[in-house]
Amino acid sequence: MRIGAVLTAIFALAALTSVVWVPHDTDVLDISQRNLGPSVLHLFGTDHFGRDMLSMLMAGARTSIAVALVAVGIGVGLGVPLGLLAAAHSGGWLDEVIMRGNDLIFAFPSLVIAILITAVFGPSALNAILAIGIFNIPVFARVARGGALPLWTLDYVMAARVAGKGRILISAQHILPNIANLLIVQATIQFSLGILAEAALSYIGLGAQPPTPSWGRMLADAQTMIYTEPQLALLPGLAIVFLVLGLNLLGDGLRDALDPRLRRVRA
Amino acid sequence: MVRMILTRLASMAASLLVASVVIFVMLQAVPGDPAAFMLGLNAQPDTVAALRADLGLEGGLPQRYLAWVAEMLTGDFGTSYTYRVPVAGLVVDRIGVSAPLAAYALILTVVIAVPAGLLAATRRGRPSDWGVMGATQLGIAVPNFWFAMLLVLVFAVKLRWVSAGGFPGWSDPVAALGALTLPAVALALPQASILARVLRGALIDTLDQDYIRTARAKGLSRRATTIRHALRNAAIPVLTILGLQFSFLLAGAIIIENVFFLPGLGRLIFQGITQRDLIVVQSVTMLLVFAVVAVTFAVELAYTLADPRLRRGA
Repeated sequence: MRIGAVLTAIFALAALTSVVWVPHDTDVLDISQRNLGPSVLHLFGTDHFGRDMLSMLMAGARTSIAVALVAVGIGVGLGVPLGLLAAAHSGGWLDEVIMRGNDLIFAFPSLVIAILITAVFGPSALNAILAIGIFNIPVFARVARGGALPLWTLDYVMAARVAGKGRILISAQHILPNIANLLIVQATIQFSLGILAEAALSYIGLGAQPPTPSWGRMLADAQTMIYTEPQLALLPGLAIVFLVLGLNLLGDGLRDALDPRLRRVRA
Repeated sequence: MVRMILTRLASMAASLLVASVVIFVMLQAVPGDPAAFMLGLNAQPDTVAALRADLGLEGGLPQRYLAWVAEMLTGDFGTSYTYRVPVAGLVVDRIGVSAPLAAYALILTVVIAVPAGLLAATRRGRPSDWGVMGATQLGIAVPNFWFAMLLVLVFAVKLRWVSAGGFPGWSDPVAALGALTLPAVALALPQASILARVLRGALIDTLDQDYIRTARAKGLSRRATTIRHALRNAAIPVLTILGLQFSFLLAGAIIIENVFFLPGLGRLIFQGITQRDLIVVQSVTMLLVFAVVAVTFAVELAYTLADPRLRRGA
C-alpha cells in the first residue's frame, strides 16, 4: 500500500506542478532539438517535435488524471445517490427500475460505446470523460446499494426511523458515512480503470486532441516511428503502468486496511 | 429451470431493444447527409433525393428505426456509404479475422491463467504465489495496446520473427495464425492476469472447505483433490469472469486490430467512424452488443447447469 501511495503521490504531484510549471513549454516546437537522448537540459530527452519529454509526461499526467478523476466524480455523484435510493426502497418499484437500468448499462461493451460516444459527438477530452463516466454510474450504484442494504436492518437505523427521520435523511446521515470506506476503495479502482480507458481512447485518436499532451496520444505518435525512434514508445507506456499499478496497490491496501475481516486472510 | 431461462431471455431481449434504440438515436444526432456525402459537391438535388430514398433515409425517425431493425433481423445490415456494398458482406469478411482473434486470445487467457492460478493457490504465501501475484498485478496495469507495441518492437523490429502488422488471409493458415499470435498475446495478457487472480481467490476459498478435508482424509492425493474437487467448484466465478472478459476482448480487439492493422470488425468500426460511414458503425456496434449479451446469457446458462444449487434456487 505504501508503494502504491508513493507512486500515486508522485504522479499527482507531477500533474499538479504541470498546471503552473513545466520544465519546457509543451506548445513550443523546436525541430532542431528533436529526438535527443537524456541530458541535463532534457532529463528524459525530446520527442519528434523537439518537445521536452519530461514536460510532456507531466502535462500528460494532468490530462489523464483530470479525465479519470472527473469520470469517477460522475460515477460517484450519480451512482451513489441512485444506489442509496434503491437500497432505501429495497424491493420496491424504484429499486427494481434502478437496478434493471444498471444491468442494462453493464450489458454494453463499455469501450465500444465509449468509442461510439466520442465518434458521434466528436473526439475531445470532455467526451472521453462522459464516455468513461457513464459506465462508472452503475458500478457505484451497485456498490452503494450492496453496502447500504445490510445497514438498513441495524438497530441505529431502526432508531432513526422510529425518531421519525425520512429515508433520504437516514441515507445521508447514517448510511453514507458507513459505506464511505467501500466507496473510497471502489473509487480507487475506477480511477485506475479510467486512466487505462483514457489512454486507450486517446491512443486511437478519440480522446484529448493535440496540442493537449496525453499519454495515449504520445504512444500513437511513437508507434509511427517505432522503427527509427523506439525510445519514444517507452516512457509514456511506463508512466501509465506505474500510475495504474500505484492506484491498484493503493486500492488493495485501502481495502485491507479499512476492512478488518480481510486483514486475516491477507496473503 | 425453464422459468429461469425464459426470464433471462426476456431481459436479454429488453437489453437488446434498449441498446438498438440508444445506438440508433445516437447516430441520428450526427450532422450531415450521407447521400450528399456519397455523391459529392456537384450532385443534382434529385439524384441526392433518389439516393436518400434508396438508402432508407426518408421518413420519420420511428419509421426508419423500425425499417433498420426489421432489416437487421433478416440479416440485411444496410449498404455501406463509402464502400457501396452490403454491410453484411463486409461484416462476414471481418468476422473471419475478429472471431479467430478473440477465440485465440480467450484460449491463451485460459492456458496462462489456470496453471498460474492453481500454482498460486496451492502454494499460498510461498515465493511462487508471490511471483504470480506480482506478475498479475503488473499484467493488469499494462495497457494492452502498449504491450502490443512492445511485442512489435521486440519480435518484429529487433528479432524480425514476424511482420509488424497486416493479415495475409486464411489461404495460408500458418501465416494467418502467425499474424494473429502477437495480437492475441497482447489481448490475453491483462485478461489472463485478472482471471488468474480470480481463480486463486476462488480456489483458496474452496480449498478451505470441509469436503476438501474429507477428500484428503479418504486418501485422495493433493493433486487429485485440487483438480477433481476444488477446481470444479472454483469454476463458477471463473466462468462468470470469462463471460465478462469476452466483452473486453471484443472491445480490446478494436484497439489491438488498429495496432496491428488487422482487417477485423474493430477496424471496420473505426474506419466507419473516421469516414462517417454511419450505417456500418450502427450495424456493427449493434452486432457487437448482441454478441456480448448472447455470451453473457450463455455463461449464465452454463453455470446454472454447472451448479445444482443455482438450478434449484431459480
